[in-house]
Amino acid sequence: MRQNIGSLAELVAYAEEFGIEEAARCFEPDEETRAQTDARMLALLPVMRQSVEDGMDPALRSMSGLTGGRAAMLKDAVTGGKTVGGALLGRAAARALAVAESNAAMGRIVAAPTAGACGILPGVMLTLAEEYGLADRALLPGFYMSAAVGAIIAKRASISGAQGGCQAECGAASAMTAAAAVVLRGGSCRQAADAAGFALMNVMGLVCDPVGGLVEVPCVYRNVAGAAQALAAADLALAGIACPLPPDEIIDQMKAVGDMMPSALRETGLGGCAACPSALRMLKTETEPD
Amino acid sequence: MDLFDILGPVMIGPSSSHTAGAARIGRVARRLFGRLPEEALIELSGSFAMTWQGHGIDRAILGGLMDFAVDDERLRNSRALADKAGLRYRFEQVSLPDTHPNTARLTLTDHGDRLCVTAASIGGGRIRVTEIDGLEVGFSGDMPTLIIQHRDEPGVIADVTRLLAEAGLNIATMRAFRQHQGGEAAMALELDARPDPALVRCLMSLLYIERAVAIDKI
Repeated sequence: MRQNIGSLAELVAYAEEFGIEEAARCFEPDEETRAQTDARMLALLPVMRQSVEDGMDPALRSMSGLTGGRAAMLKDAVTGGKTVGGALLGRAAARALAVAESNAAMGRIVAAPTAGACGILPGVMLTLAEEYGLADRALLPGFYMSAAVGAIIAKRASISGAQGGCQAECGAASAMTAAAAVVLRGGSCRQAADAAGFALMNVMGLVCDPVGGLVEVPCVYRNVAGAAQALAAADLALAGIACPLPPDEIIDQMKAVGDMMPSALRETGLGGCAACPSALRMLKTETEPD
Repeated sequence: MDLFDILGPVMIGPSSSHTAGAARIGRVARRLFGRLPEEALIELSGSFAMTWQGHGIDRAILGGLMDFAVDDERLRNSRALADKAGLRYRFEQVSLPDTHPNTARLTLTDHGDRLCVTAASIGGGRIRVTEIDGLEVGFSGDMPTLIIQHRDEPGVIADVTRLLAEAGLNIATMRAFRQHQGGEAAMALELDARPDPALVRCLMSLLYIERAVAIDKI
């Protein structure tokens, strides 16, 4: 890494001096040429596309049977004009759900930043690529920005649900995606940082509460919510609305809130949604046939 | 940390710690054993023991034992593939005291050879091998690694590091452990490059060294 950047404020300052693309690339591996890094990044795109396709199979089921096939239902509803959020939101949500459901069914995915939150970034990025006719190479600055934001969150706080709750997984993914969307729409680095700040601010305290300890319910649906709110956060920033609190302070508080969280709300499957009386019954009936 | 720690790894779901990490634990044990064993006893502790079926931990570890990478789609069918390859395996839920919540202990055997490896999945697909045959080690599998099992005698560590130096191999991390003075001991050395087989044979021929194995990064 050429720059030891530890905050979004430093990232913005760096972008103001050297340009947004240089800033977004600040977490490139030291030992690689830029062409090698670009090639590795571009190689992730076919994996993301395939994971969308795998997840759109109506017959897909996870091992527990709790999830799978819902992305196909959402896509059909969007295509059939039955949804309220519009086509772009619907397509991004369906793709996010598809990748998350594919993950739950032991599909091949790109962790972004984790497996549990793997649908958010590809869901939104592939939909924006389609909507605005962007070639793969044109997506690179967005992906680099998403990684820079994710790395800063990981440095200052955490990207592990077991440590920081879902705010650290789907929250971080949503912040990374919001920043990437801003970059793809020609926004500034400051706007990208604001978008990340909005995304994290709005899920402050979100707990990690997987039913049965499985990466399924509510996880796959949180991927949908993460994609939707990434688009909303990007829109806020692109409208020129500054995040009312410095994004770095929000990240630090996300860490503080994660540290205060009881372990029942950090991926143990003991609290939150996992503790719904129906959750245990659901798990029992769904897993019995296998 | 670089950007591919954030965007990546490419892996088979559903969980980086429970699936990708578990597959790497199986793979590191297989590489340390040197081949597919005839029998594997897989003991799962903590969260691994509680959620192994839903997370595919069983398939991930078996896939690792068959040397599959974390993004290999054969991980999904590894139970059937293990049966086909003639691997006899059994899973047991245990409670290993004072270990990370996601810990597995693998005992691999064939033709009288036996290897026992304890490792933990510590998050994001990263692992830590903590014990080999009851001796504390402590390495990540992220780098080429040299494991030496030997008798605790003066000069053994110096002999090993001298041979590595002569081969131009740089040591990144090193951990040494002994059961008691003059007893069984082990060294785990993470290196910048993998030692070639001739060097490993040379190490094996040294007095007091019982076993030397070099593995690539997992």
